[in-house]
This record gives sequence, C-alpha cells and structure tokens, in this order.
Amino acid sequence: MNWEAFWLTVRLAAIVSTLLIAIGIPIAYWLTYSRWRCKFLVEAAVALPIVLPPTVLGFYVLVALGSRSPLGRWWESLTGHTLAFTFEGLVIGSLLYSLPFAVQPFVTSFGAVDSSLLRASASLGHSPAQTFRRIVLPLSKAGLVTGFALSFAHTLGEFGVVLMVGGNIPGVTRTISIDIYDQVQTANYSSANETALVLLIISFVVLSTVYSLNRRPWVAGPWR
Amino acid sequence: MEVKIIPAPPTAPPISAQAISSELEVRIRKRFSNPQGSFNLNVHFRALAGFTIVFGASGAGKTTLLDCIAGLTDPDDGRVAVGGEDLYDSEKKQNVTAWKRRIGYVHQDLALFPHLTAEENVAYGLHTLSAAERQTRSREMLGLFRIGHLRDRRPAQISGGERQRVALARALVTEPRALLLDEPLAALDRPTKSSLVGDLRRWNQSHRVPILFVTHNGEEVFALGDEVIMLDGGRIVAQGQPHEVMRVPRLETIARLSGFENIFNATVVALHEDRGTMTCQLGKGGVELETPLVRADVGSRLRVGVRAGDLLLATESPRGLSARNVLPGTILRLEQRDVIISTTVDCSGTEFEVHLTLAARDSLQLEPGKSVWVVAKTHSCHLMGM
Repeated sequence: MNWEAFWLTVRLAAIVSTLLIAIGIPIAYWLTYSRWRCKFLVEAAVALPIVLPPTVLGFYVLVALGSRSPLGRWWESLTGHTLAFTFEGLVIGSLLYSLPFAVQPFVTSFGAVDSSLLRASASLGHSPAQTFRRIVLPLSKAGLVTGFALSFAHTLGEFGVVLMVGGNIPGVTRTISIDIYDQVQTANYSSANETALVLLIISFVVLSTVYSLNRRPWVAGPWR
Repeated sequence: MEVKIIPAPPTAPPISAQAISSELEVRIRKRFSNPQGSFNLNVHFRALAGFTIVFGASGAGKTTLLDCIAGLTDPDDGRVAVGGEDLYDSEKKQNVTAWKRRIGYVHQDLALFPHLTAEENVAYGLHTLSAAERQTRSREMLGLFRIGHLRDRRPAQISGGERQRVALARALVTEPRALLLDEPLAALDRPTKSSLVGDLRRWNQSHRVPILFVTHNGEEVFALGDEVIMLDGGRIVAQGQPHEVMRVPRLETIARLSGFENIFNATVVALHEDRGTMTCQLGKGGVELETPLVRADVGSRLRVGVRAGDLLLATESPRGLSARNVLPGTILRLEQRDVIISTTVDCSGTEFEVHLTLAARDSLQLEPGKSVWVVAKTHSCHLMGM
C-alpha cells in the first residue's frame, strides 16, 4: 500500500470538491434561474466532462496549461515554472473533470425548491440574493452534500486526466489509481489488490452516505 | 330594488380625505391564460382600509390581479399605487420591485418555509430589525394569533388551521401597506374560519390598511365583506355592498357562484302591478311562479333564480300560508352533503333542488317517490337578465 499516493489523492479530492462548492454554486444558481435563450449551450458545456474521454479533456488542459497558452505564460511569469506536471495543474484539471458532478446535484436541488417559497420571500422584503441564502441554500443541503461527495469520489478515482496533466511524479502527481496501474505493470498483484480494495471501500462509503442523505429530503409544500 | 352594476368604471369613485393614506388604487390590463383559454384582465378600482372581497369563479383572473399588485407579475400597462405612492406606472415607466413594495401577500398554499420554526417564519420579514426587536415583535404577533405555544415547531408539525395562522402572522408582522389574501380560508372548517377572521379584523382595526380578500365561496362574501368586487373573465362585472351584489344577482355566473342552485328560463305571462308581482312560466309549458315585479312586458323572457335553502317542502297540501307559490311534485332523489340533504323534486316536468336538514328528512319520512309540495316565497324568486 502506497500511503504517499493515498494521502496525495485524498488531499487532491478534498481541495477539488471544496473549491467546486465555491465555483459550482454560482454556476448552478445561474443555470437554475437564468432565462437566457441559449442557456442549453452552457448546460451542455458543463456536462461535457461526463461523456468526454478523460484523455481528451486531459490533453486540452495540458495544452492550456503549457507555456504556449496565455494562461500557462501568465502562470510562468508569476511563479517561474509551468503548471503542467504539478499538483496545482492537477487541481485545475480535476476541477474541470468533476465540475458536472458538483453542478448537476446543485441545479437539481435549487430547482426543487418550491417557487411559491421564493415568491413569499420576495413579498416579505427579501432580495433574490437574500432569498437564495436564507431559503434556497438551506433547503438544498442534501444537494450540496451530494455534489461535494460525488465530486470527491469522482476525483479520488480519476486516471486519464491525471496521467495527461500530471504525469507520474511520486509525491507530486502520482495518485492511487496511477499507483495501481504501476503495480499491475510490474506484476505486483497483491499490492495492487490492496490499494484497489481501499479505493473500492471508500467509494462505497461515500456513495452510501449520499444515498442515505437523499432518502428523506426536506418536504417543501404542497402539504400532506 | 336598485342594483349597481358597474362595468369597470372609467373613473374611480371619489374617496374620503382621511382614507387617502391607506388606499390602494389599481388600474391594470394584463393578458393571462387559464385552462379555458386566454383572457384580458382589465380592472380599475380603489380599495380603502378594511376588507374588499374579490369574488369570482376560478379562472376569473383573481390570482393574476393579486400577483400584479404584489409585483410578482408585470401588468401589460396601467397603474398600481398604495397610499398615494406609485408602485407601478406604465406611463412613467415605473416599476417597484416586489421585495421593496411592502405589500403582504398570503397565497392559498401558504408557502411557509419548511426549514424554519413558526417563530422563525414570522420573524423572517423583520430582517432589517435587531434580533431583540425581531423576537419581541414576532412573539407579540404569535400571541395575537394565539399560536404562541407553537413557536418552536416546524410547519410540518402543526395543523392546517395553525399553519394558516402562522402564514397570516408572518405577513402582518411586517406592517404591510396593503394585504392580499388569496383564498386563505379555503381549506378550513367553519369554526376555525370565523375565529381566524375575527383575529384578522381585530388586527385591521389598529392597522387601517386595505385588505383584498380573494374567494370563490359565496358564504365568505357575506361573512367578511364591506365591499365586493365581482370578477368574471378578467372584468369587474359588479361592485358594491355584499347584499346588493349577492342577494340580487343580475348575472347567471354570479348567481351560480353565490349559491343559486335553481336557475330557470322563464317567460312573463301576467303582470300584477297592483300587487307588485308578476307571474312567470318556467321552461316550456312548465309550472308558474309568482315573482317580484320588474319592468318587463308580457311575453318577455328572463331567468329566475331560487336558492335551494329558501325553498320549503310540505308532505300535505299546505293551507293558510303567506307564501304565494305552492307547487305539487314528487321526490326524485335525496343526497346527503355534510349536514344538508339535497332533495330533487319533480314538479310537472320542472326539477327543483331543495336543501333540508337531516332532522326534517327523518321527521317527514322523505324518500324517493313520495308526493310533496314545494313552497317558495315571492321574494325568494330572483330575476336576472338572460
């Protein structure tokens, strides 16, 4: 069991899913309440990482982070090294890769809040932003936890993007799934089995947490 | 018998000086859709402090009207003003956003916040005040509505009537400049209703603001109304005191809504100007009824409405009665609705619906096929235009 790779992966997943709460909520807010005609284009773009092969996503991220892209140059002038093959680069790649797993549960739960509650809140003198904070967010607790947990679990197991963006640098970018691949390559099956089992158990625990949370969501009118 | 029928007056009626501060003026045009099709809401009225009932069938545009006043929907054009301040004015291109209007709105489905306790729900609109002030005011209001003991409970843990009280308290505690109530009593039983109305009236004595009360229930109109606005197909078809508008309906839609179970086509067959009555024949060759005299010629056609609760049944031919209409017939069927027996009686081809108590049915041993006499006073027969 490679503990260095394990803790690196957990750290990556925790950072990514926390950042996704901050990034995903404004995106989900916009997707829920915007009346823009071409909203579907943004919805499709956000959902892309679900269907896109991770290598394709990873390739584009790698290009975007490289010293030929504006982002890569800017980062290089700021820090003196490129984003590619670094932990920070891994975080950026994973953010994109797991974005839909956070945003979609958020959108679902925001949209499930009864619109009559929003109207009532407005007639009680609350601005849309205040209403969002005091009514929509608290009533979307289950959706927020689901989005956090799913993006955490999804980042935990990512392989293609990590390999493309981060390479395989021990202690910096070597995550569990890459470690498993390495062990299989060197015919070290018992060690691979051990690591794979840990990943399996963690994923299962996270998902059961999600499903147990969603078993009883808040009941928001009509009253029974 | 003078009835005011005002088809959306071009200028609103004059108002008294002391009422200016709390009056609501509404002049709205708005296209809206309901399952029957698409209508134009086109209304103009002023509501003073106190209850104004907005009465009409579902789909008449009542909720659209309230949404426009509350700012939750934009009218196509017009003006909404409260206490002399414009909230919406299409000419001045003015439109105060809903959350700055300070208009209380209690919707039919109440929309209590499920994650907040009763007290937190009531305090919700007081967010600009300090925490201490919030607590004082909301507890005071909970007390006024007799739900102080429920303050730590969530909406899902209290009864329907209690939820209604929380919703009202939540709207009133913010001291709105006008109050909009969209069928707030629809789901309540009668005792709960009247106690809630009492509390609302008590509050309204100290807070002289206009209350627009939407309902499609004729009983509520009599129980509450200072003033009634009758809405049909998006237009005001009648406006006035409840007894004027409801007791003597000129329009069939109003008659059905205000509980006229018996409505017949009739032809005037004789005028008795000396007695102030006339004789009308119901349907084609059916029974004759003596009705109050109106300006009509023999042979003219009109509609007669009789409330089922205004009719009497006798099992023997009655004598020595002041009622002028005694019609022999046969009971077709009896149906129980709550505590009322709805009896259908066939009087030589014309069917009357008569409402009786359970005790009356039992003591007269009424059953289908039994011969009875239907008794109607002349002044229980209301005439309407075609």
